[in-house]
Amino acid sequence: MSAAVLGSTELRRSLQRVETRRRIVAIALTLPLLIFLLATLLVPIGALLVRAIENPEIAGTLPRTGAALAGWDRKAEPPAAAFAALAADLGALKETSDAGALARRLNTEVAGARSLIMGTYRALPLGDGLSPEQSREKMLALDARWAELKYWQAIAKNASRWTPDYLLTAVDLRRSPDGRIEQVAPDQRVFTRILGRTFQISAIVTLCCLLLAYPLAYWLSTLPARKANVLMILVLVPFWTSILVRVAAWIVLLQREGLVNKSLLALSIVDEPLTLLFNRTGVIISMVHILLPFMILPLYSVMKSVPPTYLRAAVSLGSPPLAAFFRVYLPQTWPGIGAGGLLVFILAIGYYVTPALLGGADDQMLSYYIAQYTNVDVNWGMACALGTVLLTATLILYAAYRRVVKSELSLG
Amino acid sequence: MKSFRLTAGLAALLALPAFAQSQLTIVNFGGANGNAQKKAYFEPFEKSGAAKIQAVEYNGEQAKIKAMVETKKITWDVVEVESPDVSRGCDEGLFEKLDYGKIGNKADFQPAAIHECGIGIFVWSTVMAYNGDKLKDGPQTWADFWDTKKFPGKRGLRKGARYNLEFALMADGVKPADVYKVLATKEGADRAFKKLTELKPSIQWWEAGAQPPQFLVAGDVVMTSAYNGRIDAAQREGKNLKIGWSGGIYDLDYWTIVKGSPNKDAALKFIAFASSPDAQAEYARNISYGPTNNKALAKLDAKVLAMLPTSPANSKDALQFNIKFWADQGEELEKRFASWAAQ
Repeated sequence: MSAAVLGSTELRRSLQRVETRRRIVAIALTLPLLIFLLATLLVPIGALLVRAIENPEIAGTLPRTGAALAGWDRKAEPPAAAFAALAADLGALKETSDAGALARRLNTEVAGARSLIMGTYRALPLGDGLSPEQSREKMLALDARWAELKYWQAIAKNASRWTPDYLLTAVDLRRSPDGRIEQVAPDQRVFTRILGRTFQISAIVTLCCLLLAYPLAYWLSTLPARKANVLMILVLVPFWTSILVRVAAWIVLLQREGLVNKSLLALSIVDEPLTLLFNRTGVIISMVHILLPFMILPLYSVMKSVPPTYLRAAVSLGSPPLAAFFRVYLPQTWPGIGAGGLLVFILAIGYYVTPALLGGADDQMLSYYIAQYTNVDVNWGMACALGTVLLTATLILYAAYRRVVKSELSLG
Repeated sequence: MKSFRLTAGLAALLALPAFAQSQLTIVNFGGANGNAQKKAYFEPFEKSGAAKIQAVEYNGEQAKIKAMVETKKITWDVVEVESPDVSRGCDEGLFEKLDYGKIGNKADFQPAAIHECGIGIFVWSTVMAYNGDKLKDGPQTWADFWDTKKFPGKRGLRKGARYNLEFALMADGVKPADVYKVLATKEGADRAFKKLTELKPSIQWWEAGAQPPQFLVAGDVVMTSAYNGRIDAAQREGKNLKIGWSGGIYDLDYWTIVKGSPNKDAALKFIAFASSPDAQAEYARNISYGPTNNKALAKLDAKVLAMLPTSPANSKDALQFNIKFWADQGEELEKRFASWAAQ
């Protein structure tokens, strides 16, 4: 009896040990992936979110000015002490690059601040033992623009280390000098429109992909495996070709005297060459072409698993073929439509090269402006804020998708 | 023992570049301009035995240089940059200050070529171009370019605010000398955008410098703004493209040395070589961009000179690109342009 009890506790213990070991092995096996995800996805996204609200340039370089402007009402001219503090702060900068960073940051707030800051910085020092009033006189003599309130308001507004400004700008809002949040002037209102355009183009592309891919995937799924495989290769070959090559090919095909227009003219379908390039049409045609495989593959794998007997059974029980299709077949392919649609849509909203090369000035999507801010303007705060907006919009969409479909994303 | 040999081998491999000839990484914009640089600058410099050159192409992204300087991993030595970036990068500490004592006599160069962080490589111009086979009497002024009754058809313009706002003001009758004065005011910017709106239905936007000559040859547009060197390259391939020089905007590209470059001496040597009259004259023979070293002009024959943006006839009604204006107003105007394009 006691031996049996002893045996059962020992058994339990050794079972536990095995269980723990298995768990450790399981964790160890997923560890590389976890580390990989952490390093390549979560950390960069975290850095992006931080950079979208970080505002170190002014707080770091102009601490005295920030303090001198703390009690200022931002309506009348700032106190003379602020002029002296600004001269002291600029004079204390160790590297020209600090002044450069400050000038760049202020210039994103007020156009013109770059030359104002750099010009003043180069002309310093003002001299020793000046009273605040004398500093003010000298600064104004250096550049009369120091009398304008907008530069001081920009400094006062950005005296803290964190700012909502980038994110506000990314959705066409701004903080007024006295701190209220308001819409920007209509001629500067741009990012909400671009975001809307991004979603619109992506939705059209997704819909076109679905309409083209559904019949094709259905046909492929009904073929014997050998034939289906050969045709599948035809789907996949363009998939393996570089995007740039495919974009270039579309330029050759779609240009004014390209193959498509020449054929249409020769067949007298049109009298004048169509404008297919450098507008919305060109962008959509080539994006549909590039993203089509991402729709075909999930649809095909789901359709393969739908037994053809169901449809036949429905028809033999007296259903008209169309009704049988919509009521029996289509519902069974929902997971494929959902997965393919989501995949294509999410890939499409990040598109950059294709619209840049095939679209006009009003066909550019949000990523184009992210690249513009990253590479050309070198305003990484703004680039990160736009990235955050895109990420948030994508997550909201995904959440909405899960609500509607009520299932996890499955790729068949 | 084996591991020792491996370490020793590895160490030798890492140390190798130090023993070998120094290697310079030079970054330019590629294309026809890159080929001309290769012929006039890179190949003769390599032949002189000073250093091996690895040429890299980029698209003007200053972000790459900024990332290198911030992480202190400098893999580029000499970089060709556009004029707004030279002063901006200099302010932000992305470039080394140049030691002109090692480059040459400042007085030999055009005044605009001298910058504390960069030296002008060549003068290029954004001009209007058309296909001589399709238009007998091409546009002469920007007002002609805007005249869609006289010249029906699409026009190519660079996607963005830069250059186009200047062109629009000139089309609206502003003299080249007054363009930036007008554009600096709120009313002036409004006027430029309003003029651009007139042409909007006929505009086909281009992104890369190689596109405008393609557009013209393919018949996509009747006329376009273009970089004069690209049109020149197409002419050399036998295409009958023509340039209207009036109202062109000329600008310089600069050589810069990335801050913290480990090959600073070799980089300076290269810049000195590429700024010499002989090398610059050879460059201008390969692509019609104007030399910045005035002594190079004497070495060129009249036929080459006639195609350069710096020749008196071509620069008569031209406008110098205003770096300071665009450094201050660029971001705001580009944003306004994006908003305008969406309307």
